[in-house]
Amino acid sequence: MVPLSYYLILGAILFAISVLGIFLNRKNVIILLMSIELNLLAVNLNFIAFSYFLQDIAGQVFVFFILTVAAAESAIGLAILVALFRNLRTIHVDDLDTLKG
Amino acid sequence: MSFQEIVFFVLGAVLVLSALRVITARNPVHAALFLVLSFVAAAGLWLLLHAEFLAITLILVYVGAVMVLFLFVIMMLDINIDRLREGFWNILPIALPVAVLLLAIMGATLMGPYFGLSMRPPPPEVAEGYSNTRAIGMVLYTEYLYPFELAAVILLVAIVAAIALTLRTRKNTRNIDASVQVAATREGRVRLVSMPSEKKGVSAPPPEPELPQQPPPQQPK
Repeated sequence: MVPLSYYLILGAILFAISVLGIFLNRKNVIILLMSIELNLLAVNLNFIAFSYFLQDIAGQVFVFFILTVAAAESAIGLAILVALFRNLRTIHVDDLDTLKG
Repeated sequence: MSFQEIVFFVLGAVLVLSALRVITARNPVHAALFLVLSFVAAAGLWLLLHAEFLAITLILVYVGAVMVLFLFVIMMLDINIDRLREGFWNILPIALPVAVLLLAIMGATLMGPYFGLSMRPPPPEVAEGYSNTRAIGMVLYTEYLYPFELAAVILLVAIVAAIALTLRTRKNTRNIDASVQVAATREGRVRLVSMPSEKKGVSAPPPEPELPQQPPPQQPK
């Protein structure tokens, strides 16, 4: 039987990988969005593991809502990306300096 | 080692390796396909945790819709990968300690006795005829009905926002702007042309064929 800590450590590894991905792909907006998806996947894995071991269905309902919000987020993010590329012909993060921030 | 542990370690290894390839792949298309693989491995792990409905949802919604959307966008954009990749590994001396520290802190907490099998024994096997989908539906439509409706509104807002951001009106389209039609006035549409009235029996001389552009002779009123 696989203990709860194995699932939690797998989720932690996935979370660390996604943080590393956000650092490494700091210039590519598409891979940044994919790293955020990995991040949410790690969180969802923890939610479901706790839901199973604590015998509480609320964790799975939460994962359902996280999936909904993440789908909406990635759809809007990709739409912003397409609009950005149409106007600037680039998705390089260093070129997105219109606001002079 | 039991069968469940073998499945867990195989799926976990696939998940970690494909996640590593997502963040290091050179081609964004390969990254998206490795992300699909990691979603599939995660769905297998969720099946192991008796979350059948969410495992199928992950496959259908993520692999079927979101990742296809990602692939569409990646293939639609003409991006210069070499420029996006320059200095890719430069930040590794900062990024790797941060990730390792994060993992060490979380691992130190999770490796303790609090989440082991002795403190958290696995729950008893579910009864025959138990349906995970039915259990989620029972609470989703009663206890979580209001958040469920809010999630529907969020999806609607996402649809409207995505269409509004990417909609581009073409110049030669023939669709009608309603505000222009409502704002039309008589002065904008009707033009009064002063034309001389003709008398019976008196006709204007026919225009000469050499000069077709010649205006007709004005008759005094």
